[in-house]
Amino acid sequence: MAPAVFLLLVWMLVPLCMTLWFSLRDYRPLRGGDLGFVGLENFVRFVSSSSFWPAVFTTMLIVGGVLLVSIIFGVLLAMLLDQPMWGQGVVRILVIAPFFVMPTVSALVWKNMFMDPTNGVFAHIWRAFGADPVVWLTDVPILSLIMIVSWQWLPFATLILLTAFQSLDSEQLEAAEMDGAGPLARFFFIALPHLSRAITIVILIQTIFLLAVFAEIFVTTGGAFGTRTLTYLIYQRVLESQNVGLGSAGGVYAIILANIVALFLMRIVGKNLDR
Amino acid sequence: MARAVTTQRKALNTALAWLVGLVIFFPILWTILTSFKTEAEAIANPPIILFFDWTLENYGVVQERSNYVRFLWNSVIIAGGSTLLGILIAIPAAWSMAFVPSRRTKDILLWMLSTKMLPAVGVLYPIYLLCIQLGVLDNRIALVVILMLINLPIIVWMLYTYFKEIPGEILEAARMDGAGLKEELLYVLTPMAVPGIASTILLNFILAWNEAFWTLNLTSVDAAPLTAFIASYSSPEGLFFAKLSAASTMAIAPILILGWFSQKQLVRGLTFGAVK
Amino acid sequence: MSPKTVLRASTALALCISTSAAMAQDTTITIATVNNGDMIRMQGYTDRFTEETGINVEWVTLEENVLRQRVTTDITTNGGQFDIMTIGMYEAPIWGANGWLVPLDNLSEDYNVDDILPAMRGGLSHDGTLYAAPFYGESSMVMYRTDLMEAAGLEMPAAPTWDFIREAAAAMTDRENDINGICLRGKPGWGEGGAFINAMANSFGARVVDENWQAQLDSEAWANTLNFFNGMMQESGPAAFATNGFNENLSLFNQGLCGMWIDATVAASFVTNPNDSEVADSVGFALAPDNGLGPRSNWLWAWALAIPAGTQQSDAALQFIEWATSADYIELVAENEGWANVPPGARQSLYDNPNYAAVPFAQMTLDSILSANPSEPTVDPVPYTGIQFMAIPEFAGFWTEVSQEFSNAYAGQQTVEEALARAQDIVNEALEAAGYQ
Repeated sequence: MAPAVFLLLVWMLVPLCMTLWFSLRDYRPLRGGDLGFVGLENFVRFVSSSSFWPAVFTTMLIVGGVLLVSIIFGVLLAMLLDQPMWGQGVVRILVIAPFFVMPTVSALVWKNMFMDPTNGVFAHIWRAFGADPVVWLTDVPILSLIMIVSWQWLPFATLILLTAFQSLDSEQLEAAEMDGAGPLARFFFIALPHLSRAITIVILIQTIFLLAVFAEIFVTTGGAFGTRTLTYLIYQRVLESQNVGLGSAGGVYAIILANIVALFLMRIVGKNLDR
Repeated sequence: MARAVTTQRKALNTALAWLVGLVIFFPILWTILTSFKTEAEAIANPPIILFFDWTLENYGVVQERSNYVRFLWNSVIIAGGSTLLGILIAIPAAWSMAFVPSRRTKDILLWMLSTKMLPAVGVLYPIYLLCIQLGVLDNRIALVVILMLINLPIIVWMLYTYFKEIPGEILEAARMDGAGLKEELLYVLTPMAVPGIASTILLNFILAWNEAFWTLNLTSVDAAPLTAFIASYSSPEGLFFAKLSAASTMAIAPILILGWFSQKQLVRGLTFGAVK
Repeated sequence: MSPKTVLRASTALALCISTSAAMAQDTTITIATVNNGDMIRMQGYTDRFTEETGINVEWVTLEENVLRQRVTTDITTNGGQFDIMTIGMYEAPIWGANGWLVPLDNLSEDYNVDDILPAMRGGLSHDGTLYAAPFYGESSMVMYRTDLMEAAGLEMPAAPTWDFIREAAAAMTDRENDINGICLRGKPGWGEGGAFINAMANSFGARVVDENWQAQLDSEAWANTLNFFNGMMQESGPAAFATNGFNENLSLFNQGLCGMWIDATVAASFVTNPNDSEVADSVGFALAPDNGLGPRSNWLWAWALAIPAGTQQSDAALQFIEWATSADYIELVAENEGWANVPPGARQSLYDNPNYAAVPFAQMTLDSILSANPSEPTVDPVPYTGIQFMAIPEFAGFWTEVSQEFSNAYAGQQTVEEALARAQDIVNEALEAAGYQ
């Protein structure tokens, strides 16, 4: 394991040390760079900003929402795609395709071509049924973001879960069927336990990426309407306010938060890895 | 796998799966359709779905404006290079974690994952300065290394999970037969792990392909990949949805085609792996 | 294999590649630019520049936000990735003051620097030294549908007041047919809704800070501004105005769904272009509205070319800038694409040209630019320059946050008063941290 671990060690330590270093300094590039040591001032300032706790809460909401959607629908989709059918390969490509789309593009497409209350596809559908179009991004901003991000990550969950489904012992299922277990029982007592490790992986890996969701928010709501996540807040501090010190302190908080989430997840799902 | 199913059931599955597949695929389909419209048709209200004057004009404009092939080539090198390099480094690491776990293995895994959680934007300035120091701004190899490091935790994790699926008895049996570490990896483990490795490669290739923070911020001309190509079409002053759609289609197409082929490989790998 | 070795090896390799590339050809300059239409057009003519001078040009074209992030990182770290950067009126004086840009004080005689509109020249200078040459300049103005205005029985004055605009907007609104009386930017971001509301506030007698850098967002003038804007948009604006920026409104206007649109003067050439706009033949123009207090609600902006101080190729870069921002370049574009498509708003000579005067929006664009005064943007005195922005490094950060609060109010998530109270805290906090107070 040495080379991978070593590389990661270096890669983690270099940026981490730099982040820690800058978080203790007043580093503002547009003011001439490094303006000296300021102790814990950045940390105090970042956490005492009125945007901090709402941002943490929003982050949790979006990550949790997307995880829920992608796992529930991912399991259902994987089950469906595992069934024999005509054109299986094509359907799989169709389902996996959203994962290939760059986040900026998908956000632009969703915002302008689907969620727009005048021109969007949804608005046309709503009108066709005689309903008033929903103003997605301002009326239900978090839900809209969860939809956009889920669309991108559902394929990932589906692919991983499908891989797991394929290794499910069909004889076991058939035996259970013989014994009179209904489809639901077969699903809950055989398929789901078999999937638990794959679900764990989906949760862990997606959490990492979802914590870092940025382009989707930037393009659609610009951080307004209660969609400012911690990552977005850090982005604003570093690049919009050009305050690297403050942003670095935010980065340290983000790592702490991420580790808490990870520990929590490991408690719940981590035991699946030891089977 | 091959459960006997009635034709009726199969037809039902097919219909349902295609319906769901098309709904999920619809935004992409819409983008592709839009790329063949004129700018005015692209924002027409109500939308024109199929009956417009199909035109290749947008593709012509995009091709004239940017050197697509150069961007594409950079994307292939960066995404491919970082994935391959990552796999080479991760296989031994994941192997030892899965089959020779120590008390610390889980801690190391968790810690590896936590490295991914450092928000990229927070270290933009430090990394940029580092790249200046090393003289590797706008350098493909530097990006290969950086993206490899970024995705390494994911690769290790995925491989670890797939490797865990492989029963340890098989390895013991191989060892009994006198297989060394190298043979064990090459002839026993790897074939069994092909599906896992294949899907890991595919997913990481996509992740690297779509990585749009470092690839945008650390490149200018020589190493700029398709993410930079897209950034020259998204949100201009003025409305160019058809052109953005054309550019997006050009950025998605190669990976979609790759996905198509690898899907066949993947399915083969998957069924192969299921026989245990 | 340590990453350092990898990086060193790659450096060596990169060096080999880059030296061989350098030997193969002569001078090459790299230009970072924004993906707006006029710049894209400029790229198309690069070959002529190369023919004339033998200097090769590499383009890095990015969308505005990515570009800003990219060039700011590079200039503050002295990364040396670009020989020319496309920057705006906000960056030029700040960067110039920091010594990051090559002063453009030895431009050639032929270039005729005095031909650059004083407003543009002033906004791109620091202490009287020009740091960036304007490629095109813009203000904002009212674009309106002459047919709808007539149907409403109203006549647009050349210099309307806000009250007239509100009245006209209400009269033109036709919810049955999705026609909004007025479309304005409510999208968060200092360059989007933030720019609009700030310029509008000037005409309401509001200011962001007083002479001592104390935030003034709790003032009555600001409350009036925001209540007026929000009230008018709720009455007559599009449903999603809180997420609409330049592009969204352009799309609505081109589809014939807006009676009026107050936005950048460059939009005039888009809305009058029959290829893109369904209403191209019925668009009228007027100055941005005021309240009779002096300042109008129009802004001033320029996209300009600047040379970073770290470049090795400043001579070639200067040659390019002189070429691209010259009167000759304007002629070149006019010859090939018609006068309506030349980069506007930078040079007086363009507006003296009778050919250009025939373009329907030419005079109103010039009048709008001339009526904007960045050094005295407000009714009460302020310690900063800039109309829709303050030329200080912290502005982009805190004003984006402020505009987020405003957008939340437009979306009905908080009241205008709550938004202004938060904005007041945000501005004071930022200015205090930066040492202004």
